[in-house]
Amino acid sequence: MTALLAIEDLSLVFRTRHGTVRALEDVSLSVERGEIVGVVGESGSGKSVLAYAVMGLQDAAAQVQRGSIRFGGLDVLAASEQALAAVRGRELAMIFQSPRTALNPIRKVGCQIEDILRQHAALRRSDLRRHAINALARVRIPDPERRCEAYPFELSGGMCQRVMIAMALACSPFLLIADEPTTGLDVTTQAVIMDLIRDQSRSTRMSTLLITHDLGLAGEYCDRIAVMHAGHLVEVAATEELLSRPAHPYTQQLLAATPTPRSTVGGLVSIPGQLPDLRAELPACRFSARCRRHVPLCDERPLPWTALSPAHLVRCRVPL
Amino acid sequence: MDRAVARASGALPGAAVTPLLEARALTKRYPIGGRHKGAMLYAVDAVDLAIAPGECVGLVGESGCGKSTLVRLLARLIDPSSGTILLDGKETTAVSQATFTTLPERARIQVVFQDPTESLNPSFRVFDAIADPLRRLLGLRDKGKLAMRVHHAADLVGLPRELIQRYPHQLSGGQRARVGIARAIAVEPSLLILDEPTSALDVSVQAVILRLLDDLRTRLGVSYLFVSHDLNVVRLLCSRIIVMYLGRVVEAAPTEVLFGAARHPYTRALIGAIPDPARRGEARPRLDGSPRSPIDPDPDTCRFYGRCPIATERCAAAMPELTLFGDAHVVACHFA
Repeated sequence: MTALLAIEDLSLVFRTRHGTVRALEDVSLSVERGEIVGVVGESGSGKSVLAYAVMGLQDAAAQVQRGSIRFGGLDVLAASEQALAAVRGRELAMIFQSPRTALNPIRKVGCQIEDILRQHAALRRSDLRRHAINALARVRIPDPERRCEAYPFELSGGMCQRVMIAMALACSPFLLIADEPTTGLDVTTQAVIMDLIRDQSRSTRMSTLLITHDLGLAGEYCDRIAVMHAGHLVEVAATEELLSRPAHPYTQQLLAATPTPRSTVGGLVSIPGQLPDLRAELPACRFSARCRRHVPLCDERPLPWTALSPAHLVRCRVPL
Repeated sequence: MDRAVARASGALPGAAVTPLLEARALTKRYPIGGRHKGAMLYAVDAVDLAIAPGECVGLVGESGCGKSTLVRLLARLIDPSSGTILLDGKETTAVSQATFTTLPERARIQVVFQDPTESLNPSFRVFDAIADPLRRLLGLRDKGKLAMRVHHAADLVGLPRELIQRYPHQLSGGQRARVGIARAIAVEPSLLILDEPTSALDVSVQAVILRLLDDLRTRLGVSYLFVSHDLNVVRLLCSRIIVMYLGRVVEAAPTEVLFGAARHPYTRALIGAIPDPARRGEARPRLDGSPRSPIDPDPDTCRFYGRCPIATERCAAAMPELTLFGDAHVVACHFA
């Protein structure tokens, strides 16, 4: 079976006035039909850059040096803007971190959903409103007829995120990219939103790429998790496997730093050092300066992937 | 149950000690305009709470529940509409907020604000950021003494000396968080109010800051009011947790009791919503819908009515009062 999304050896840099920022290097990741894959990392790890690259929405300063992104039959990096525009919103949808700023503040939310439908779905004009209401009802927004008439500022943050999801799901996409969809929302709302995404994945075999800094959240909802550090993917594994047997020292420390219902303040681990400057010359392993297991071999290029099992890959010379 | 009984109990496990800070029937209402002209928004409604010397109390609840208004009231940054606040048994609400700013008591309650990037003056070097409250609140003018106090505070939070002449934009998120804390403890307060101190930080940095806060509390003997939406974090530092919903306290209990045997349906929903890989795929009760309006709420209806999974007519006919269970567990629910 070929994966719905296949990212291979992707290297992407940003050319800035202050030097070249090596934002992504040799990133390979695939997402199967109906699968929820989490990309977890701290701020600055490059997880959002990856999400935007999959959407074909790179910044003007971004330059892809190597690699490919294939979505279905489409070569995202080579595709024309028209070809991408035809796919975005229909087969490939994205929800953003701050729903209130991602929505158009001066248009009613119903109109914004109708825009998407008009663009991508072959619907009669008279049916647009009904479909927009259905889209809102699908994400369990109470009283959808009335909410269609609301402006984003009249809705709570959680409600705005539901509208975003309604827009994203309106054309039943194959792949949903969710970039920190619940950051800034209450835990109770977060749970409802994440349940919604998971239920959609399960019922329509929609695939989801969940970008998050929260390992606990990824651990509860994802089938597989990919851990990112400073533009490198360092470990990819099935969720239970990754959480119970992390093989990369960074994954292990990230897990130990994340408060759980069972941790104690003394038991929380802090990861020494900080992310390396991505503009400078970087070692083969970008975690090496923070790593206690560093050996001379770590500095040899190229840094290979080690397969601990067919589904558990780690990019470390001395995995745990 | 009698209000006074609830107050004494809600408040303190061993009520023999005079609480460091006590709030009685604290209320903040805001008049609102537009189509609701003449109506009042009840941001904080008759809240009773107490914090013992050296105690670390957590305050949780969803956004819009009045946590931040309560913080501002307790720190005397705004005046309450009614109710009183006592500091060491002495009423501070007897004077207005503006007058309070000029009193020495001002320095006894300090706040560490949410986002260290936005709460530090970008044109102040670290030194001045920490020295500012010392100058303003303690009237410290002597340069040598000032420098000593600033360095002492920086040392306490583990901020390297070489960073003292830097500007906030030259610091990392974790370092800025340390400056925010150093600034607050420099005046040696008795109570530190921490308003989501780690929500803007990465987990690896959060771990350092949480350990620092835990360490400072034991070393300085200061009390904490720790406000957060992250129950996993609150659990780590606090011995007692207060849960707020729409301006009211709905439950307060020692941490283990709250996590092990929460009695209010809202608290249970809150705990149930914490992401936990160990409970993957388990169907958990979800709290759907939106809270009731805080504008002129019906005084005889439970604020949680409409969202509550176990509500009955009784909940729409009478507001549940805080009731004592055991020796330090209070709950405002008819079915607790």
